[in-house]
Amino acid sequence: MRKHLLVPAALLGLTAFGLTGCGKDEPASTGADGPIAVTASDSACEIARAESAAGTVSFKISNTGSKVNEFYIYASGDRVMGEKENILPGVPVELHVELPAGTYEAACKPGMVGDGIRSKFTVTGSAAPLTADQKLADATTSYQRYVKSQTDTLLVKTEEFVNAVKAGDVAKAKALFPVARTYWERIEPVAEIFGDLDPKIDGREDVVAEGMAFTGFHRIEKDLWTTGDISKDGPIADQLLTDVKEIVAKANAEKLSPLQLANGAKELLDEVATGKITGEEDRYSHTDLWDFAANVEGSKAAIAALRPALEERSPDLVTKLDAAFKAVETTLGKHRAGDGWKLHNQLSQAELKELSDVINALAEPISQVAGAIK
Amino acid sequence: MVSRRKALTLAGVGVAGAAGVAATAAVLSGGGESATAADTAADGIAFYGEHQAGIVTPAQDRLHFVAFDVITKDRADLIELLQKWTAAAARMTAGHDAGVIGAVSGIAEAPPDDTGEALGLPPSGLTLTIGFGPSLFRTADGVDRFGLAARRPAALDDLPAFRGDALKPELSGGDLCIQACANDPQVAVHAIRNLARIGFGKVTVRYSQLGFGRTSSTSRTQATARNLMGFKDGTNNLKAEDGELLTEHLWATGPDGAEWMAGGSYLVTRKIRMVIETWDRTSLGEQEAIIGRNKGEGAPLGHAKEFDKIDFSRPGADGRPAIPMDSHVRLAHPEQNGGVRLLRRGYNFVDGSDGLGRLDAGLFFMAYQRDPRKQFVPVQRSLAKSDTLNEYIRHESSAVWACPPGVSGPQDFWGRALFT
Repeated sequence: MRKHLLVPAALLGLTAFGLTGCGKDEPASTGADGPIAVTASDSACEIARAESAAGTVSFKISNTGSKVNEFYIYASGDRVMGEKENILPGVPVELHVELPAGTYEAACKPGMVGDGIRSKFTVTGSAAPLTADQKLADATTSYQRYVKSQTDTLLVKTEEFVNAVKAGDVAKAKALFPVARTYWERIEPVAEIFGDLDPKIDGREDVVAEGMAFTGFHRIEKDLWTTGDISKDGPIADQLLTDVKEIVAKANAEKLSPLQLANGAKELLDEVATGKITGEEDRYSHTDLWDFAANVEGSKAAIAALRPALEERSPDLVTKLDAAFKAVETTLGKHRAGDGWKLHNQLSQAELKELSDVINALAEPISQVAGAIK
Repeated sequence: MVSRRKALTLAGVGVAGAAGVAATAAVLSGGGESATAADTAADGIAFYGEHQAGIVTPAQDRLHFVAFDVITKDRADLIELLQKWTAAAARMTAGHDAGVIGAVSGIAEAPPDDTGEALGLPPSGLTLTIGFGPSLFRTADGVDRFGLAARRPAALDDLPAFRGDALKPELSGGDLCIQACANDPQVAVHAIRNLARIGFGKVTVRYSQLGFGRTSSTSRTQATARNLMGFKDGTNNLKAEDGELLTEHLWATGPDGAEWMAGGSYLVTRKIRMVIETWDRTSLGEQEAIIGRNKGEGAPLGHAKEFDKIDFSRPGADGRPAIPMDSHVRLAHPEQNGGVRLLRRGYNFVDGSDGLGRLDAGLFFMAYQRDPRKQFVPVQRSLAKSDTLNEYIRHESSAVWACPPGVSGPQDFWGRALFT
């Protein structure tokens, strides 16, 4: 088991003082017109208004298609300012997001894959530019928002997975396994702060060597893909959901320091290099590329949160990171299969080496981020 | 000599670095045309000079060889990498850290720009020698990625297929190579590891090879070493002291076809697996007949001493030539190959075992020369056709490289003449 060096921000004596007014229950202040209507279908993303005044902006998203959708507001470098995941057909949801003046992109992601269907979204009005220190403090708030959105969906998807396992629905459980794990893998460095929970949820068979029971995602994975017999997995599934709930509560109470974000971004790529490229992570299901993509997305989200501070301190590094992330996304993109990914054992050694090369190329500049924002 | 450990204890790393380079240059002035024999195995070898170090430098004990594929498509990126590599090579061969900050002098939050395993170790005779493969100039599909196709020397041609070749493509070819030789394996490995790290995103390691127990001597000051067959290897090698012969057989010139290669040399690398277990069951007499020398002294059969001038017509007890017609020494000897010579610089390797309980071992053959088409290729054709040794060996990898001339000073870099 790897030991992780992440330490809660409070212990480092860092206090984050984020933007105010982004509590989820606050009323929308988008103006007399109410929330901006977003109509998301399987092939289009229509936004009633492409501009707004600075402040809390509210959107009401209706999914008129057949696929599960997502909605994002991105700042430059794909920094997520706000997002809604798991938008089901016919169930409108609202998103409230605090937006300073600037140019953004709104995106729907039908099927929850790819870059999404994007359009420009402009916010005008006066908002004092952040100072250098505020930019760093804002990074932690921004990332906390990301963790919140990911954990919300992690809970929903884990519950669906657990229900399928308990219902004995092998096919459904197999389909949900990599989907639920996606939300887990995106925020794994946060989860790993809580050392005892991580091996219970995500441990592999070798945890037995440390005197622990083999439980969690991978235990159920083994049963699903080797014997197909999950009739005795009900208690393991229940425990998984309990553990995920606990870790989600703890993760949302945590505020990571900018340094932890930088190290987390690097650790996610280490996860890819050591566990996913080799096919060790999902050794029974071979769905490693799902985890691979999720780790990269999580790393990108952490870097995106730091972006305003990083642009000021090391613009060259930002340029390098953008190019390296793009190379990873392009190379990984070759292995899409439908709404998901090819299996690890469907890739040739040459294809795996190509992925390894682009991860190395990205991980080296990412390892410089912590030093740059210090 | 300023060791890494001493350098670190000096006040400023930058100052220490400059002092170290100056000290090295002073001690080793005149490195270039002639081999610069270091006083001890721990000393440094001059990095700058007319020719690259690591060719006529008396062969060190250890090798770490690496072949890279270039993955960047950007010529400027490639040039920048060569500049960074050259700077790091100059530092490391002088016994310093790979980067300007060093393994332990940076801020706590950033990864060090040197990996640290050579801290406290002396230069250990480290040489770093670069080569460019044919595919750098034009890929197998005919693509000229870096605008170099017109500058490929005719001598840098893919080697032809030889009889009995059992080449593994993944262990053959490559766009760039770096040969690290040192008297301490940790120093050689440290150098390659740090250069590979500097190259992430621009190059990717295609294959690498560790070697030990130099199998050739490249200077008359060195005794002839033995390969894993137990025989002395490289008795008739070109050596640093061979002056005229080096000009004729080792160093490329402008009129040979490529001005940028003047003062450089061509390197052929072949990984030759030995079927050790079968060889070991072969009688002493048969082993000696296959090689054409006796095993103890290394003297040609029918002769008394290792360096005796070989008389290939001398008869043995049965009236037939003492050195059999199909023996290795006869087929490989310059006299049988129009006088061509090679500067061999190979190393033994043992890459563990092969899963069938046999040693995965042999010779990583390396030979420098002026023109492989006239030197390595005809000799290897002759060997591949008739050498009885072939029953005990298997050529598993093959590559040819153009090693440019030496780096003249801190303003110069590896391959500058090729890119400007």
